[in-house]
Amino acid sequence: MSILSFDRVTYRYPDADRTALSEVSLSVEPGEFCVLAGLSASGKSTLLRAACGLVPHFHGGEFAGRAEVGGRDTRTHRPGELATVVGTVQQDPETQVVMGAVRAELAFGLENRGLGVAAVARAVEEAALALGIERLLDRAPDELSGGELQRVALGAALVGHPELVLLDEPTSQLDPVAGDELIGLLRRLNEEWGTAVVMAEHRLERCLPAADRVIALAAGRIVYDGEPGEFQRWAGRAAPALQSPAARLLSGVGLEPTVTGVKQARLALRSSGLLNETGGPGTASGGTDRGRERSGRGAAAGRILRAVARRSAPGPSPALAFRGVWHELRDGPTLLTAIDLDVRPGECVALMGRNGAGKSTLLRHAKGLVRPTRGEVRVAGPVALLVQNPGDYLVHDRVIDEASPGELERAGLDAEGDRNPRDLSGGERQRLALAVAVGPGHAPVAVCLDEPTRGMDRALKDLLAARLVAMADAGRAVLVATHDVEFAASFARRVVLLAEGRVIADGSPGEVMCGGWYFAPETARILRGEGGVLLPESGAALLRRRAADAAPEVLA
Amino acid sequence: MRYRRRPTPLHATRVAVGASYCLALMAYAVLFDSPLVLAAVLVALVLAARGARSGAQLLRVLPYAGGLALTAAVLNPLFSHQGLTVIARLGHLPGFGAIDVTLEAMVFGVVAALKLFVFALAVALMGATVDPDELLRGARRVSFRSALTASLATRMWTVLERDARRLADAQRCRFDAPDPVAVSRRVRMSRGIAVVRAVATGALDRAVDVAATLELRGYAGAHHPPARPRPWSRQDLAFAAATAGLIAVAAAARAAGAGGFEAYPTVRLEAGMRELALGAAVVVVAWLPFTQRRGVEAVAP
Repeated sequence: MSILSFDRVTYRYPDADRTALSEVSLSVEPGEFCVLAGLSASGKSTLLRAACGLVPHFHGGEFAGRAEVGGRDTRTHRPGELATVVGTVQQDPETQVVMGAVRAELAFGLENRGLGVAAVARAVEEAALALGIERLLDRAPDELSGGELQRVALGAALVGHPELVLLDEPTSQLDPVAGDELIGLLRRLNEEWGTAVVMAEHRLERCLPAADRVIALAAGRIVYDGEPGEFQRWAGRAAPALQSPAARLLSGVGLEPTVTGVKQARLALRSSGLLNETGGPGTASGGTDRGRERSGRGAAAGRILRAVARRSAPGPSPALAFRGVWHELRDGPTLLTAIDLDVRPGECVALMGRNGAGKSTLLRHAKGLVRPTRGEVRVAGPVALLVQNPGDYLVHDRVIDEASPGELERAGLDAEGDRNPRDLSGGERQRLALAVAVGPGHAPVAVCLDEPTRGMDRALKDLLAARLVAMADAGRAVLVATHDVEFAASFARRVVLLAEGRVIADGSPGEVMCGGWYFAPETARILRGEGGVLLPESGAALLRRRAADAAPEVLA
Repeated sequence: MRYRRRPTPLHATRVAVGASYCLALMAYAVLFDSPLVLAAVLVALVLAARGARSGAQLLRVLPYAGGLALTAAVLNPLFSHQGLTVIARLGHLPGFGAIDVTLEAMVFGVVAALKLFVFALAVALMGATVDPDELLRGARRVSFRSALTASLATRMWTVLERDARRLADAQRCRFDAPDPVAVSRRVRMSRGIAVVRAVATGALDRAVDVAATLELRGYAGAHHPPARPRPWSRQDLAFAAATAGLIAVAAAARAAGAGGFEAYPTVRLEAGMRELALGAAVVVVAWLPFTQRRGVEAVAP
């Protein structure tokens, strides 16, 4: 029996103009690992809500068709009754924690089911050990990082050993290390406990290697349902924005793009004679991304010298200059440690690092929201900062009240003036918030953005990257804190890596992102940093050139 | 005020006993007017906070408790018409008549302030040392929905606190963020109203998200949580004995008429050996359970 089955499910939210799901039919078998793919607003989250019973019980609206979870009809069983079969993890971990301590949080769902004390205690301990959160059991949720909180939410969903787990973009707030750990953990639970997993995700390159099946949605309809390798081929034809970098790289050299990860991509390239087995950054010439510096196994000393040279080099004076900036909390940790950093007009800088590395704090210093406890921040003029949630900027009932007509036109929102900002799509809301942060007339000398790609699909990310590059070309310093390595590779001309409040690497994207693993985009991992290439299109160009030089018949 | 699990005897005590201990100290603030007794309870609270390593959390409450107490101390002499020893005549105030400040009203105001202060600190001690999840879990066995509502309100408070901070930062990041010095009061007010509306709307969204989580955790069909029988630890026994001791001392004092205090018509304070013994007993009995440090679990930093 299927653990989840939809039979012609159609759903419309209350007061919505169009259906969020249309004639959706699918079934998920026990032990399957499914990834839900699709652009923003394609119906992924609604499908997950329908699978856990929140649609229609919690959200209301019009529901047609039949959805069953573990043989229970979701129309006749409330989410609480379905919770014995299905565990759900939503996007924002902050609102998924309702108790004052992690232990109580894990126990809450089981106690609601009336389980005995010993059973609850054992299940809590086991779930905590399985997820590696046993050290957190006696801590309060507001002391935890985003990654830790996401694990606690996952623990609360898994503690009752559900047969099916639903996850809505669980890695959107996690750094690459925590994101990979979470996917690995889900795969282990899937293999060892036989738990079926259905996960909606935008960063497909991260989860496709673990998936057994991909279900793609567009405008509330299923447009693809099949195995991940074939999905890549389908996406290449029908939805290029969903194709992973590995598949785009292979497509670019004329190979079948039916690969789901680095290992398969390397195998395909090797069998075609295109892989440089010696690998390593700087082992091939050419193929650079937008004139980036060629990579070398950059010794730390070399990077420091280059950073010093950059500071002392003649050129425009910095738009933003951090001079020995410390941020030490009273009775707490040191968030920034002696940060020395210059960002000059025209630079497009990606600020990367793990959760809690100090990226957001550094941006807050740039804007002047906080003052250094030691050192100083010098700015050459006004600084604009777009914080993580663009909705926080928007306080009026109409778009036109938020920004001037000229600003709206520049943001491509001149036709939306009478709409409520809350009704805009995620991308539109972000453009409006950026317009509100940047303002008209006296343009800021620096524009800072904090995790701007949360919940964005690749098409929207590409648009944002183009806007950032345009801003830099217009002479502004652009500084973006991001966990999204593919996005960073698409816009950055310089990458600064932070760890525990210190700058541990500062260089061109090729230098910083090619040599590593977690902070390297998929193309760089496939090519092992060869030629400092980060993007699949540049990688394909590099491979084509090599193949043409070496043996023209290889590609034939 | 937030609960933090610490390796101290009071934190290691079961919540029913820990809460009773704090309630007993609160009861002294309600039952006794004598400044001597109240001072003794204040000393006991300071020692208890030190023993529970919660001094910093109580310090954070001081401005609020002090402000409340100061208000009582200032207002009582102005509006109380009792007492015989007039020390200042402030004339007539429409609706209130003659404002004569008496020594007795001033003393009563100070004592009322002390009572409020002691009570607030005892509440703070409870907040800092008694696990709210466990307390609410116990309450859920009695009134499930009320306890859950209280639990959610506790959680929502911290979530909304973060949201408000974030929203305030975002408003400071707008290109048209008003200069607090240069902008007019009217503009500031209209901007403030817009922000308050945004916070309220955001709070509603947050509440809906949290409610969805509750649905998913089976709240709608929830059972009463089962009892957790657990053997009495030495800390449980010590604090239960101390609570019983505090109650017994209070009852004996009331029966013997110790700790007497009258502010009106003239100030009369009993400050004999009985009162000194009562104060000393409160301090010693309240402190004794903190000497039971064996088996106090260590917690992760």
